[in-house]
Amino acid sequence: MGTPGKGVTQNRQPAMLSEQILSIPAVRALEERQPGVVTDANLHRGQLSIWVAPEQIVPICRFLKQEQTYQRLSSITAVDWFPVEPRFEVVYSLHSFERNHWLRVKCRMGGESPEIDSVTGVWRAANWYEREVFDLFGIRFRNHPDLSRIMMPDDWQGHPLRKNYPLSGPR
Amino acid sequence: MTTDTSAAGARTMTLNMGPQHPSTHGVLRLVLELDGETVLRAQPQIGYLHTGIEKTAEAKTYSQAITLTDRVDYLCPLSNNLCFCLVAEKLLGLEIPPKAQWMRVMLAELTRLNSHLVWLGTHAIDIGAMSVFLYCFREREEILKIFEMASGQRMMTTYIRIGGLALAPPLGLFERVRKLMDIFPERIDEYERLLTRNPIWKERTQGIGRISLEDAIDLGMTGPVLRGCGLAWDIRKAQPYSGYEKFDFAIPTQTGGDVYSRYLVRVEEMRQSVRIIYQALDGMPEGPVTADAPHVVLPQREKMKTQMEALIYHFKIVTEGFRVPPGDVSVSIESPRGEMAYYVVSDGGPRPYRCFIRGPSFGNLQGLPKMIEGSLIADVIAALCSIDIVLGDVDR
Repeated sequence: MGTPGKGVTQNRQPAMLSEQILSIPAVRALEERQPGVVTDANLHRGQLSIWVAPEQIVPICRFLKQEQTYQRLSSITAVDWFPVEPRFEVVYSLHSFERNHWLRVKCRMGGESPEIDSVTGVWRAANWYEREVFDLFGIRFRNHPDLSRIMMPDDWQGHPLRKNYPLSGPR
Repeated sequence: MTTDTSAAGARTMTLNMGPQHPSTHGVLRLVLELDGETVLRAQPQIGYLHTGIEKTAEAKTYSQAITLTDRVDYLCPLSNNLCFCLVAEKLLGLEIPPKAQWMRVMLAELTRLNSHLVWLGTHAIDIGAMSVFLYCFREREEILKIFEMASGQRMMTTYIRIGGLALAPPLGLFERVRKLMDIFPERIDEYERLLTRNPIWKERTQGIGRISLEDAIDLGMTGPVLRGCGLAWDIRKAQPYSGYEKFDFAIPTQTGGDVYSRYLVRVEEMRQSVRIIYQALDGMPEGPVTADAPHVVLPQREKMKTQMEALIYHFKIVTEGFRVPPGDVSVSIESPRGEMAYYVVSDGGPRPYRCFIRGPSFGNLQGLPKMIEGSLIADVIAALCSIDIVLGDVDR
């Protein structure tokens, strides 16, 4: 196992956004609408990730969908950086047909039982992806129409994709 | 089966279709609320085939994890291999030699043919046309033999590796592929003769399982479903990978948004795949099939017997794997079913810190209730086949 929490997305200062990142239309539009809303950004191997505050996720997603052509939600997933705090990172992968662009929006969240607003009101596709993240990571989505386990049995204990969940069970 | 007489005297019945039902193509359970034969509500219940591949991948080295990807969508293992390797190569910043890229394109298209043949055969058998299945599996068998010739395995190939291919293509492979391609268009005509103008087939598929483009996008559907709604979006064109930009092919679309449209789209895709495979065969470059990256690519057996360096690299790659620079990368490819994406986070170690698989079937299945609510129970089967799900891909 690699040492958890040693990744690049951690230990980063909330730095100024570079000119190159600000020249990307979606980032520029978000910053013009509300300066400082993008708390961090990263362009790695030509792929853009932006970090936003979890409280803001629904209005940001709605803005990106309705005014920035990110019509399609490709997926929602999460990464657990245990034992680093804030431990969880929810990753929204959005896609724009018009711009032919995939954009990753990330939210960092800490604690044992983190909560974030559901984006099912923005894209119906979010429904199952949020259930999956809830099931496997134990992140709760507020205002989700049916937040139940999707992969594991209903009476399962624990959330398997957490890093402190054992890889093999008792034999 | 339960009957419910509560809602204002209305009699509805709840029916469990699956998880062991021949038409669900795996262990899918559909909870249907019926009024007579009309479906009022449909709820797919998934997870019966959840094997924790994403969790397992976190404990394997990158090379070992390729073998897991075969088992995600077992009807197109090479597409999964390709997607995972593209992500790892992007994280590593590896350049892949042209011959390997051409081979990958050829194999990805053969995989598409393989997958579409299974889809067509089972789709027809579910609707009641028995013989199409036998024809489709005749050609599929030939494709599986080609895979076996190249990789030694019919289904779980693990032939595409990080940095190129597992082995150089064996002698006679290209001739065999060409021989199959020479008869393939005729064979597609044969399937079409059985179905395309068949009045029963049209009756069972036209106007059935209809979905609008807006709904399909909003529900996360991709691939032939979107193209059947009229959107000419194909990742091979939109964001070419593995050299697809050098190939000439069309994106077939239909505007009906129903089962029949998706059928026509996939049949035409098979013809386009044949075109791509011919181009790959004709333009196959010479040269190595692996990148020049000794710390990542296993050395050739011969070199290991004569060169100390090769033996050391082999030992290191096999025992501890190779370190991948930290960062996260996601690559989307056009699998036979739609957008397949692998999202891998590296923490700088020899194992993926997180490996998320965006299976096209997962997104597509989410749109199924929208397609079938309000229609007859017999149409549920037709609609389910037309989105072509693989439960290994849904549940992972």
